[in-house]
Amino acid sequence: MIQFVCYSYNLGESGDVTTMPLLRLHRIAKTYDGGLAAIRRLELDVERGDFVSLIGPSGCGKSTALRIIAGLMAPSEGAVGFPEGRPGIGFVFQEPTLMPWRDALSNTALPLALRGVPGSEAQMRAREALRRVGLAGFEHSYPRALSGGMKMRVSIARALASAPRLLLMDEPFAALDELTRQQLNDDLLKLWREDGLTVIFVTHSVFESTYLSQKVVVMTPRPGRIFDEIRLTAPLERDETYRLSAEFSADATKVSRALKLAMQDGSEAAYHNHTSAMA
Amino acid sequence: MDERTNDLEAARRAVWRLSGTNLAKPLIPLVVGMIVLGLWQGLTQYDHVSPIVLPSPLAIAHALVNHWQQLLFASWTTLSITLAAFVLAVIGGVALAVLFSLSRLLEHALYPYAIVLQVTPVIAIAPIITIWIGYDRIDLVLLVLAWIVAFFPILANTTLGLRSADHNLIDLMRLYGANRWQILTRLQLPTALPFLVSAMKVSGGLALIGTVVAEFAAGTGTATGLAWTITLATRNLQMAEAFAALALLSLLGIALFFSLSALEWLLLRRWHESALKKPQ
Repeated sequence: MIQFVCYSYNLGESGDVTTMPLLRLHRIAKTYDGGLAAIRRLELDVERGDFVSLIGPSGCGKSTALRIIAGLMAPSEGAVGFPEGRPGIGFVFQEPTLMPWRDALSNTALPLALRGVPGSEAQMRAREALRRVGLAGFEHSYPRALSGGMKMRVSIARALASAPRLLLMDEPFAALDELTRQQLNDDLLKLWREDGLTVIFVTHSVFESTYLSQKVVVMTPRPGRIFDEIRLTAPLERDETYRLSAEFSADATKVSRALKLAMQDGSEAAYHNHTSAMA
Repeated sequence: MDERTNDLEAARRAVWRLSGTNLAKPLIPLVVGMIVLGLWQGLTQYDHVSPIVLPSPLAIAHALVNHWQQLLFASWTTLSITLAAFVLAVIGGVALAVLFSLSRLLEHALYPYAIVLQVTPVIAIAPIITIWIGYDRIDLVLLVLAWIVAFFPILANTTLGLRSADHNLIDLMRLYGANRWQILTRLQLPTALPFLVSAMKVSGGLALIGTVVAEFAAGTGTATGLAWTITLATRNLQMAEAFAALALLSLLGIALFFSLSALEWLLLRRWHESALKKPQ
């Protein structure tokens, strides 16, 4: 099982409790049973209310990191810390992962049902979650009758229904067409702003990470570690105009450049040079 | 000449169109059946085929009417044993598959023996089981033998179905605090349902075959099903009666298959891909 670590913070200097991160990854490493090293020494603080993207080449351990944060997988080394206690966590997978024998409403209500929330209340909250993702009127549709984008919306509604404080998303829109993807990006940003959620969003798209995030975390190829953290200063309200603005394109260039450098730096030799130089 | 070929072409198209409609679909095999029965009747009536080799359809119909009480009773015996064996096979197969999914150790320990039971021909076990249970309880002998035949497809398919649950959904349920029981009842069992239903369609037919084989193997007057009726009738060269019993056996098999297909439709029509109406 996962080991949760409580940190003792030195509050003397700032004395400000609100600077405590929601999540702190402390020297996380993951080596699979076969000896495959997925993650090497991951250090990351995620602030409350932040929107953080993890970006990196495929196989760099982004998804592994997300599963470790969710507690679905134990790290080989290091610890996942929630300094203010473990928040409610919602998880959205790359696939919609719906139960085909349940309609949209019942799929959305699943986390509530599992927690023993009474049926009528669970239904009410699931209905509200579906309305918020734009699926009012589709409560009794079965997954096979919904489009890819709609299924993903149900998946997001299911994550929202449990009123999480931390939303983990593992390349949720990767399989969707461009237009649907942009629409869902906008809707996700709106939900994030309204709910004061903290989001960790795994993607391999430079544009998606730049458009969505407050902070982009660039990872190296396997075994993944953090190459760079880029704080973006674009406004919270982002729309079509922002997508076409010079600011967006400058930020995207920054992220893209970092990703390119991370790819080069990710080779074993570069890694050893890097660490020996630090030592 | 041209006109005639055009007419023929038009007629062929009309038949083709008709055969495509829903109304005509069940009619086609019926028409084929009537033609075959007609030829059969003609052959036996005018070509002097001995009724001991091949009784005519009309003679078989006569036998059905004349012996209806005895045939109905035999049908009921065969059907009730088949259904009991089938229901017990479903219950036993699903229960054991659930146990297997809960304990890998149990699966490793017992699954090979389930296979042994499956691959050993039932006709070879029949005499031994008959001695063990006794000629005075022949119904129980038939039930056990039919169960052995019907049990394995249910076990194998349900085991596979329970194991086919989406791993991401299992993770998701764990994340939301689901326990083992909730994962089993809310995810694994519904996932296994289409597997189970398709196994039931195979198993229903096998239960009937198992019952009939067991009746032949037990080979005694205390068994009173359709297979014993056929044994007796052929011994006395009453071929029409044997064919009548055979027809009833087919009818039982068809009824079983259609009932299980209807059950499949009822259970899966709302969500499963297989029950989706194809765009015409």
